[in-house]
Amino acid sequence: MAMSEQDVLEKVKETLVEALGVDDDEVAPEATLTGDLGAESIDFLDIVFRLEKAFDIKIPRGELFPDNILNNPEFVQNGKLTDAGLQQLKERMPHADFSDFEQDPDINKMAELFKVQTIVNYVITKVNG
Amino acid sequence: MRWIWIDRILEFEPGKRALTVKNISLAEEHLHDHWDGCPIMPASLMIEGMAQTGGILVGQVCNFEHDVVLAKISKAEFDGVAGPGDQLTYEATLENLADEAASIRGMVRKNGQEFGRIDIIFSHANNSLSGVELPEGFVFTGAFQRMVDPFLEKKDG
Repeated sequence: MAMSEQDVLEKVKETLVEALGVDDDEVAPEATLTGDLGAESIDFLDIVFRLEKAFDIKIPRGELFPDNILNNPEFVQNGKLTDAGLQQLKERMPHADFSDFEQDPDINKMAELFKVQTIVNYVITKVNG
Repeated sequence: MRWIWIDRILEFEPGKRALTVKNISLAEEHLHDHWDGCPIMPASLMIEGMAQTGGILVGQVCNFEHDVVLAKISKAEFDGVAGPGDQLTYEATLENLADEAASIRGMVRKNGQEFGRIDIIFSHANNSLSGVELPEGFVFTGAFQRMVDPFLEKKDG
């Protein structure tokens, strides 16, 4: 039976509370993992491990949190993603909302793409096909 | 002093779990400073003991070719204190294994009774710290290797 978005959100919340040691009410859908919830790089791996267990899914490396984009000169110029870079990121993160980021694709703002809702969207595609 | 906080491996199931023992002795210098007249095994050293137990478990999966380092302590809970004369056992169970990292769930027992829970995430230093010069094989020294070898030999033959 398909999981509702609310069910997925509740489970994602539990996962983030355990992984990041934050309070339940801090984990709002629009909260960013690094800026609002204080996640560090190793936490992303912890989150992936916990999501795999909580939802009984397999998350291939780089699928939820893409890597190897920022170190490609074709994709980054003058601290911003190029059109090709933005396109590549969009293709690899169909679960993220780019409406704000694409106005100013500054790589320092890329972390803002990683929101609680981003994870929820990704998990829904995995558990509901 | 060697930075080894387990005495012996009791049980070892490759890729699954490892059980080690640590007998706390008043001969250990650190107990005289922590604290004078009230020797208590520091929680940080029990975490290190679990990290060494889990590190051997994770490292063996790749035949100790990667230097496995502690990356995150996801949980560390203790129900009391341990001191000279107490026997601790550290049981690490492999929870996740990826190319660049792994995680274990750990149970600490004091004199046979559940005493603490320590969950750890490990990273492979070779992969995750590229660009940083680290001496090769700085984690799995001969002492750890000698501890685990009898279990692997038994399995092989």
